[in-house]
Amino acid sequence: MSSGAPRHVIEFLIREKDFLSAGESASKTKKALQQLGLKAEVAKNSAIIVYEAAMNVVIHAISGKLRVVIVPEEVSIVAEDVGPGIPDIELAMQEGYSTAPHEVREMGFGAGMGLANIERCSDELNIKSEPGVGTVLEARIHLKQKDDVR
Amino acid sequence: MANYFHSVTLDEEKCLGCTNCIKRCPVEAIRVHQGKAKIIEERCIDCGECIRSCPNHAKVAVTDALERLAAFEYRIVLPAPSFFAQIREEKDIERILQALLNLGFDEVYEVALAAEVVSYMVGKYLATNNYKKPLISSACPAILRLMQMKFPDLLEQVTPIMTPMEVAARLAKEGAVARTGIPYERIGAFFISPCPAKVTEMRQPLHVKKSAVDGVIGATAIYKDVIKQLAKVKGSTKGLRRATSRGIGWGYLTGESRAIGTSSSLSTGGIQNAISIFEEIERGELKDVDFIEVQACPGGCVGGPLNMQNLFVARVNLKNMITKYKAKDAYFDAKQLKRFYEQDHFWSTERVEPRPIMVLDDDVSKALFKMERLDAITASLPGLDCGACGSPNCRALAEDIIRGSAFDTDCVIKLRERVKTLAEEILDLARKLPQTMAKEQPATGKNDDGKDFSSA
Repeated sequence: MSSGAPRHVIEFLIREKDFLSAGESASKTKKALQQLGLKAEVAKNSAIIVYEAAMNVVIHAISGKLRVVIVPEEVSIVAEDVGPGIPDIELAMQEGYSTAPHEVREMGFGAGMGLANIERCSDELNIKSEPGVGTVLEARIHLKQKDDVR
Repeated sequence: MANYFHSVTLDEEKCLGCTNCIKRCPVEAIRVHQGKAKIIEERCIDCGECIRSCPNHAKVAVTDALERLAAFEYRIVLPAPSFFAQIREEKDIERILQALLNLGFDEVYEVALAAEVVSYMVGKYLATNNYKKPLISSACPAILRLMQMKFPDLLEQVTPIMTPMEVAARLAKEGAVARTGIPYERIGAFFISPCPAKVTEMRQPLHVKKSAVDGVIGATAIYKDVIKQLAKVKGSTKGLRRATSRGIGWGYLTGESRAIGTSSSLSTGGIQNAISIFEEIERGELKDVDFIEVQACPGGCVGGPLNMQNLFVARVNLKNMITKYKAKDAYFDAKQLKRFYEQDHFWSTERVEPRPIMVLDDDVSKALFKMERLDAITASLPGLDCGACGSPNCRALAEDIIRGSAFDTDCVIKLRERVKTLAEEILDLARKLPQTMAKEQPATGKNDDGKDFSSA
């Protein structure tokens, strides 16, 4: 295991309507990043990205996989789901734009801030989506060695 | 921090080496090694959960004894608001204060009165709107220590105002200097505490350089003496009580928020709840909340581990007292309170600093390798989380192995597996006979390596 380049991978399986899994994945991610000695802000932003990406799967998709990869240079978070896809990504990125169903909004989720939050927390964001098939979201946080490592 | 003081310690003689405490510690700060519980000092937040959960009463809070009073010329007792709720039969705060005085104090100053000052200050600070929302209460030291370790980025949201205990000590001592002429250093202030975290807070304060409190006495420790003195107190006359419902209410959860009087506040008790609320705040939620009252003990200070009374009974007791002492009869008037706010006297002088003790290695690359090993070891463990190894769960054992303080054979299941393998090998060897003794040849007529015997 400890051969090759230093790298740590955390994976989560997210299912439709499993609201608790988003919070759990986020706190596990944060704990791991804290143990790795990354700066509080990086740990916090990564946890937010994981939470929001997982929430998107919970709310909109059927199931999805979340993969957090940490290397000394960056943290990357990839969320891949099987679901309806996003027809208009640019529109979906706008704060407040939401296609979440009524009952989800009543629970206090789906306010249309998810993707905007992810964008705010990441240095790079890539979304590929195919309507009717699914979405792949890839967010990266760069670790400027001296700064972001405590 | 090399010499980190802790109030919560172990009474080695009473500890039977069971694993109740390691499973209940919310920050995984206890291990059982060589038949005794060991508290990992830099992790312990002095919440006292282990004091509650130890069936053998082997966890004790180091507090100060009444004998320490002798070191001072003038002695002031500072009872916590929750203390008034501890005596089931007594509904008159006046009498409780007199009984406390009779223990050998020259003056009594209610922390509840100082809590009214703090309530006003926090309320006014909230009204400025010049802070990051939500503002987090600074009153519970166990919560602040939890934040230092696990939520360092939220520390900037902690109210920069001293705790009622600290404000009470300062107000009381300064008043005593003015009245008696006795020098400040010869005046001792003693807090009657529901929790061990306040002892630690006095010795290693987080908001101030040096605490004005000189001793912390556990409520349990003086309970009996107070009951004894109460029997001798005749009637209720002296006018010792100055605190009203606003300050006394701080004794239980929601009292603090109510006293502060903000329209948007949230009150939470218990460490697990605190963790989930902090996680929400970190995600940027709860921005519509102005103030968060957060207590390590379920139910707030009345649920403190050094109290005698059941939390719910105490809550009712305190509630009854509150209806009796109306807030409109407050001791400090608006002008005086405003003066407190404008002075920098009761504002925290120190920032609460992060204490990141969870890091596997200071070098990220090394930490990453260790994390991979950590995952591999965790996967190899049975996942029972039984605690028989002395670590609270399998993941924690894996961490201890990585940090060099445990071995994988500490796991009884792993050990059993190895014994099983070993036993099978022994059995296997025992069955083997040297050729000189072997009576029967294998049915195939072939040796283990497939060679014909005749050719050997």
